Amino acid sequence: MNALGNLEVWLWIAVACVIAYATKLAGYLLPRRWLARPWVMRASQILTVGLLTSLVVTNTVVSGTHLTLDARLLAVGAAAVALVLRAPYLVVVIVGAAAAALGRWAGIAA
Amino acid sequence: MPSPSTRLTPAVRSGLSISVAVGLYGISFGALAVAAGLSVAQACALSLLMFTGGSQFAFVGVLSGGGTLAAATSAASLLGVRNAIYGVQLSALSRPSPRLMPLQAHLTIDESMATATAQTDPAEIRRGFWTAGVGVYLLWNLFTLLGALAGEALGDPKVWGLDGAAAAAFLGLLWPRLKGREPIVVAVVCAFLTMLAVPFVPAGVPILIAGAGAVACWLLIERTHR
Repeated sequence: MNALGNLEVWLWIAVACVIAYATKLAGYLLPRRWLARPWVMRASQILTVGLLTSLVVTNTVVSGTHLTLDARLLAVGAAAVALVLRAPYLVVVIVGAAAAALGRWAGIAA
Repeated sequence: MPSPSTRLTPAVRSGLSISVAVGLYGISFGALAVAAGLSVAQACALSLLMFTGGSQFAFVGVLSGGGTLAAATSAASLLGVRNAIYGVQLSALSRPSPRLMPLQAHLTIDESMATATAQTDPAEIRRGFWTAGVGVYLLWNLFTLLGALAGEALGDPKVWGLDGAAAAAFLGLLWPRLKGREPIVVAVVCAFLTMLAVPFVPAGVPILIAGAGAVACWLLIERTHR
């Protein structure tokens, strides 16, 4: 990140925010018959699942362009247990952080 | 002037409780954004202007994995597509006035949608939407700021397990969507696609490949349903 100019970061944040708002607005402005179709909803749900899964994987076992096993795997395991136990979202996140931090502290994982 | 008992309708109460629950985890977004290399002001700008949790987490998640800003923007934008679908449903259910619609669009997120559509009475739908939308917006932004300041003070994110928090945060967003066989199959396919792609393409791109994979899965599912 340090290699990137601050201005470039702000520029992309602006672009991403404009796209996000335009997407929300499109739902209200576009003709209803374009978007209110069962297949559009199913496609959007499946796309969301696919992207979130990929984000779980890249934030767990990926480092740059390599696959690695480190303390983040402990975090995801602990978070999954918390989710099975129906813990609230914030608890899930804290459990994940604690598992990774403890794993490193105990020397179990890198 | 309505009495407090009529103002605290079921929709308002559920909107308030979801605001507190969701607003609080703005703290994890703020901390992770700073850990990914963004400044406190940039983290806050994302919460103020993008204001859709999944996309915000995706943006910083791609950056922290070494992805480019363009890849981060693409992943965030694709994850925001579902908000357009929510807008269609909400504009039909709540019939916003043209004056309020631009603001209602900005507040259209998972939580305001869920609170509104849990109601059946049109007035309650509107109350649920606005309570959850405004409540989450205020608390999400407040806690983003607090999280970003805390993240800055913490220093090395790895010591505190913040990288583990990011993975857990995405799992927490994915979990409630894994109901039924189809989403689970899609998740398995996209997980494998991501791991297969990682060694061969620049960081951030595997997420977009997984998005394409999800669309391919959807096409297959649609064909077998007919």
